Amino acid sequence: MSSHAISSPRTTGQAGERILRYTLVERVHHWMGALFYVYCLITGLAFWSPYMYWLAALVGGGPTARFWHPWLGVAFAFSMFWMYKMWRGDMATTEADLRWRKAVNHYIENDDQNLPPEGRFNYGQKIFFWLMFYGVILLVISGIGLWFVESIPWSLRWLRYLAVTVHVSAAMATIGGFIIHVYMGTAMIRGGFTSIIRGEVSVAWARTHHRLWYEQVTGKIPPRR
Amino acid sequence: MSQATLQIVKISGHAGPVPGAGVERAEQVCKLVDTTTCIGCKACEVACLEWNGYTFTETVFDNSYQTMPETTWNYWNLIKFNEHEREDGSVTLLMRKDQCMHCAEPGCLAACPADGAIVQYSNGIVDFQQANCIGCGYCVSGCPFNIPKFNSATKKMFKCTLCSDRVSEGLEPACIKSCPTGCLHFGTKDDMKDLAETRAKQLRENFGIEKAGVYDPPGVGGTGVIYVLHDVTNPEAYGGLPKDPHIPWVVRFWKGPAKWIGNLAMLGGILGVTLHYFRYGPKEVDSETHENGGQP
Repeated sequence: MSSHAISSPRTTGQAGERILRYTLVERVHHWMGALFYVYCLITGLAFWSPYMYWLAALVGGGPTARFWHPWLGVAFAFSMFWMYKMWRGDMATTEADLRWRKAVNHYIENDDQNLPPEGRFNYGQKIFFWLMFYGVILLVISGIGLWFVESIPWSLRWLRYLAVTVHVSAAMATIGGFIIHVYMGTAMIRGGFTSIIRGEVSVAWARTHHRLWYEQVTGKIPPRR
Repeated sequence: MSQATLQIVKISGHAGPVPGAGVERAEQVCKLVDTTTCIGCKACEVACLEWNGYTFTETVFDNSYQTMPETTWNYWNLIKFNEHEREDGSVTLLMRKDQCMHCAEPGCLAACPADGAIVQYSNGIVDFQQANCIGCGYCVSGCPFNIPKFNSATKKMFKCTLCSDRVSEGLEPACIKSCPTGCLHFGTKDDMKDLAETRAKQLRENFGIEKAGVYDPPGVGGTGVIYVLHDVTNPEAYGGLPKDPHIPWVVRFWKGPAKWIGNLAMLGGILGVTLHYFRYGPKEVDSETHENGGQP
């Protein structure tokens, strides 16, 4: 875990040191995935409803959107796979997660004093990760059926109906997770958005939100008053 | 015809009013195919190619008289040849002209996400507007008759237009024009239904073909192409004509309730996180006051 070593203090107006939370490689993969997902989201919503078909105009019109949507979906699957390789160890459910889950109401109500400590990722982040991971598997498999729909013979047309059902359901599930993910990453968890851009968090941030991870990367017990 | 917006009564993937809906009343046009007098000469296939400007291309020999296994993007009219064993063990050849059925409730149009790529005219013709087509192939899933076909070079969908260009000029479709036996008829839906029922009655009463009847499936609201069949109880024998065609329930759910469930869920999600912010606000970590990391 040398990559999470404490960086030199920066004069950000905050007192003290900053901790590296996401390496450059992790941040690049996150934002590639974000770019591909958002493209698929915009074009997918255009295909989803006549009331959102205008979204296709933002990315070059309907035929262009239809051409690129599957390709960028595949690209998203690749970036998801890289994220899986990077984070699968950190995303395994732990004892701490189970304790945290029982107290999740305190998390929702910003009553963080009464929350059990969490590791590098909390249980909610892990749920989102696995939601996207399994979601993209379903989206790609069903998406192949929609991509080459005319290649499915008439006798196997149930595959078309299955592909539509799975694609729409999986997309909706990821959109639900995506809404919460964006809300928490930008508005709710102050400091979270900068951490996925510049990679660093304050010591206090690490201690508050991911205490077990903080103890692990710094190798010290937080000071007590 | 495509520019005559007041003659358009249904538009695919369209949010908002439809120019021709309830504006103009037109006679519903209809083709009548009498399978009992079809001789399988394929003149209609040739006429379709000629009128629509396609040339004959390489095909697949399938051990039958059939020109190819199924219609293609540039071959919209196909006689399906089916060897059929009668109850007494003798064999007959059933021939059926296969093409777009021009459903009153078209599954292709219901499934299509592209605004204006599929329209239904006030005379009942369902027509693809390739300029608006995005080539997604959703119409393939919506159609119960296996009709819309994909051109992989232009990435557009194609099918029989019921010669909407000819019909709008008062002409009958090219296939009808070419039929030498008179098994193809064209006129208003009411007239064609009358003619078909008369012919079916004749077959039952004068020829002893007891199961003769008219195929005009109600599951898709009736069709703009109707058949007289020797055995209306077994349309599948005529090259896979579905007995009770309807828009697949998955497509109906996808384009109906699922749309509103999904849209409400997405709106609910956005509303939910907004309300959460109003009620609880952000999780701020102030390094001074939380120096002990939030532990009491």
